Amino acid sequence: MPRILQKSELVPDIHQLVVQSPQLAAKARPGHFVIVMADPQGERIPLTIADFDPSGGTITLVLMVVGTSSAKLAKLAEGDDLHAMIGPLGHSSEIDRFGTLVMVAGGVGTAPIYPIARAMHQRGNRVISIQGARSAELLFWREKLAAVSDRHIITTDDGSLGRKALVTEPLGELLESGGEGKIDRVYAIGPAIMMKFCAQTTRPLGVKTIVSLNTIMVDGTGMCGGCRVRVGEKSLFTCVDGPEFDGHLVDWDNVLSRQKIYTAEEKCSLDRYIKEARQQ
Amino acid sequence: MTKIKPAKKKKPLQKTRTPMPEQDPAARIKNFGEVPLGYSPEQARQEAARCLQCKKPVCVDGCPVQVDIPGFVKLTAEGKFAEAARLIKRTNSLPAICGRVCPQETQCEIKCVLGKKFEPVAIGRLERFVADYERENNLVELPEKKPPLAKKVAVVGSGPAGLTVAGNLVLLGYDVTVFEAFHKPGGVLMYGIPEFRLPERIIQEEVNYLLRLGVKLELNQVIGRSITIDELMEREGFDAVFIGVGAGLPIFLGLPGEDLGGVYSASEYLTRSNLMKAYRFPEYDTPIVRGNNVSVIGGGNVAMDSARTALRLGAQTVTIVYRRSRDELPARAEEIHHAEEEGVVLKLLTNPVAFEGDDRGMVRRMQCLRMELGEPDDSGRRRPVPIEGSQFAFDTDLVILAIGSRANPLLTKSTPGLSLNRWGYIEVDEMGRTSKPGVWAGGDIVTGSATVIEAMGAGKTAARDIHQCLSEGSGVVRLWRVDTKTH
Ligand SMILES: Cc1cc2nc3c(=O)[nH]c(=O)nc-3n(C[C@H](O)[C@H](O)[C@H](O)COP(=O)(O)OP(=O)(O)OC[C@H]3O[C@@H](n4cnc5c(N)ncnc54)[C@H](O)[C@@H]3O)c2cc1C
Ligand SMILES: Cc1cc2nc3c(=O)[nH]c(=O)nc-3n(C[C@H](O)[C@H](O)[C@H](O)COP(=O)(O)OP(=O)(O)OC[C@H]3O[C@@H](n4cnc5c(N)ncnc54)[C@H](O)[C@@H]3O)c2cc1C
Ligand code: SF4
Ligand code: SF4
Ligand code: FES
Repeated sequence: MPRILQKSELVPDIHQLVVQSPQLAAKARPGHFVIVMADPQGERIPLTIADFDPSGGTITLVLMVVGTSSAKLAKLAEGDDLHAMIGPLGHSSEIDRFGTLVMVAGGVGTAPIYPIARAMHQRGNRVISIQGARSAELLFWREKLAAVSDRHIITTDDGSLGRKALVTEPLGELLESGGEGKIDRVYAIGPAIMMKFCAQTTRPLGVKTIVSLNTIMVDGTGMCGGCRVRVGEKSLFTCVDGPEFDGHLVDWDNVLSRQKIYTAEEKCSLDRYIKEARQQ
Repeated sequence: MTKIKPAKKKKPLQKTRTPMPEQDPAARIKNFGEVPLGYSPEQARQEAARCLQCKKPVCVDGCPVQVDIPGFVKLTAEGKFAEAARLIKRTNSLPAICGRVCPQETQCEIKCVLGKKFEPVAIGRLERFVADYERENNLVELPEKKPPLAKKVAVVGSGPAGLTVAGNLVLLGYDVTVFEAFHKPGGVLMYGIPEFRLPERIIQEEVNYLLRLGVKLELNQVIGRSITIDELMEREGFDAVFIGVGAGLPIFLGLPGEDLGGVYSASEYLTRSNLMKAYRFPEYDTPIVRGNNVSVIGGGNVAMDSARTALRLGAQTVTIVYRRSRDELPARAEEIHHAEEEGVVLKLLTNPVAFEGDDRGMVRRMQCLRMELGEPDDSGRRRPVPIEGSQFAFDTDLVILAIGSRANPLLTKSTPGLSLNRWGYIEVDEMGRTSKPGVWAGGDIVTGSATVIEAMGAGKTAARDIHQCLSEGSGVVRLWRVDTKTH
């Protein structure tokens, strides 16, 4: 069973788990994800492999508490086992020499973008990262991301650190001002709405923009179709055809509405979980 | 031809089958308990006594794995239930499952000579009874195992095909490991077929039995991703690999509105309900959309299972939308009967053309066309053709697409040297050998969606050949040969 070796709360409600799995650590590449179950009653939820250490035989997961499954995972302690961990799933990121890249990370999106930024940087690209959060105390892995970036821009919604702006503002400026020369590719990972606006910002300028979609999943192996998204004219499965897609081709309204299919059930489940947790 | 004559019996032949008690329809749609309740020992003996013990038992020809039907039925009639179960297990290692889900009416029972004039012997019900009896009374004995061989076999997928290969080879002394992508074993038996037709504990028991025999089970291993077949053979030292990964790729229709919330593939719907236990939400965390007016597209067993699951999840109306007529419904007669008895409505000669949603992106209406039957198509069935100007719509808040499945390419794409047919299914010869040396395949990933017992039959054939190749020590590679069957 995959054992949690280290666990910490990076910032309020965002937890980091270092999990033992030599097999996964050896296979993981930037962009891969795993499906995990906290316990036998649990859901199967996808989480990006945010870091991996083949020699130590561990992978790192970073999760934001948004509902029952993430709350259950956050409650596990060092030494506990996950009920299940399956992967690596999805296509890994295409790592190549593109030139200058802008990596936009929103909220917990910093975790999935980090291994991609690192690999791109190592491959000799010029990496400009834009890291955004609601406020300063929610920013994590700042040094980590800065260390693999040639330039690191911070934005916060409330202006408590870096620029008081949404990530799309510096993104638009970088593309338009030309101060950084030609931008060859943009990566945007974060909440769907943020990725949608990033794609909207880059579309008129024709800069290829890769996003990593966080659809609802079950199996993660192309068996159920629950993770389907409309990309271009096609219906694709995020788990096996993605999770990275060309942000200009994604039907964002569909992505956003499909994320809300279970809103009522999620609330019911979380309320029940919180009540139970209090009783214990 | 065998004569129909109740041999040496004073009692006249009972012309109809001994009925099996069932849960009442009104009660059962409120629970996920099994619908047929099984025979009592008396009922089983009474039914078994109907068998004529034919010299040429044609029923056996109808069974894909040639269960000794007269033999086990005779033992049943004599009240030797555990012996009967053991006799079946010589050829069919999963009788409690097959007795429940085999389409007997097209396999063993259709051949039974009694069926010519009267009702055939209820072979499936008897098979189920003796297997349940053996298990429930703790009479399951571990068969004798051959001494261990220093040979390792990997089985990919824990559906009926994979479990059969594992069971057969472990008895011969092989070191067998089953790799399963999901967190529970059993394949479609576990994630597809609902609890009210095949209780999970029965699958668990069968798997436990294999584990007790020494089969190793590695869950959460997606072969092709977690580890590849080449790595299994080259790095992990497996001498042979059997691929039994099923046909897990859902088909969608490509209609407008298909991506709305509340439109599911049957695979997702049934996986959520069965494997993830969404029917016990919120005790289990996985949610499922519970519709009031549910539409199921398709007319096979999967459609019936989906429809009956939806009823149990509280739907007021459940409608099966099928584009041909009742005569062409591919589902088993028993399933259609059970579904209709529970209140499922059939909308025949009807085909959906679009789905419409509300402002939250959830499905609310379905547009359909009425159809009529035209000339026969490739399958020999009359082709449904739309009637012009017949479009109509009705309200629906949950749509389940049960229109079939295809070959999932996840494993095959990551396995060089495996030749596939043009639909992506693995090509094998009559022994189950693929084009890749040391690799066999069987079940739905070879034939496309078929039956549990056919998958088991394929597993049995492959296991025999794997044994032959590995025990002769002649080196699998040299022996290799593929005459591709046409499917
Ligand atoms: C490829 C991929 C990689 C991901 N990587 C990460 C990551 O590294 N860190 C992280 O914190 N989150 C990640 N997510 C999102 C994460 O899976 C969801 O936040 C999690 O499933 C929510 O479960 P919950 O029960 O806690 O919340 P819920 O109460 O179920 O839902 C809260 C919100 O999460 C979304 N959600 C619900 N179920 C799922 C599901 N099965 N899959 C995706 N989203 C869902 C819902 O749209 C809802 O808005 C990733 C998602 C995908 C598809
Ligand atoms: C809803 C439904 C109802 C049915 N009802 C009946 C019935 O009443 N009677 C009947 O005879 N037949 C029925 N069938 C058909 C029958 O279930 C199948 O024909 C049979 O299960 C096929 O067996 P299999 O071993 O080939 O594959 P499956 O049962 O599909 O099992 C394959 C297993 O392999 C696993 N797997 C897939 N890919 C990988 C991978 N890369 N690595 C590791 N593991 C992997 C899967 O998770 C799965 O557990 C039904 C099918 C469905 C879907
Ligand atoms: S295995 Fe299936 S087909 Fe064979 S005898 Fe039993 S019920 Fe009939
Ligand atoms: S089951 Fe039918 S065909 Fe088979 S031996 Fe009995 S009577 Fe004959
Ligand atoms: S999660 Fe089931 S197909 Fe992608």
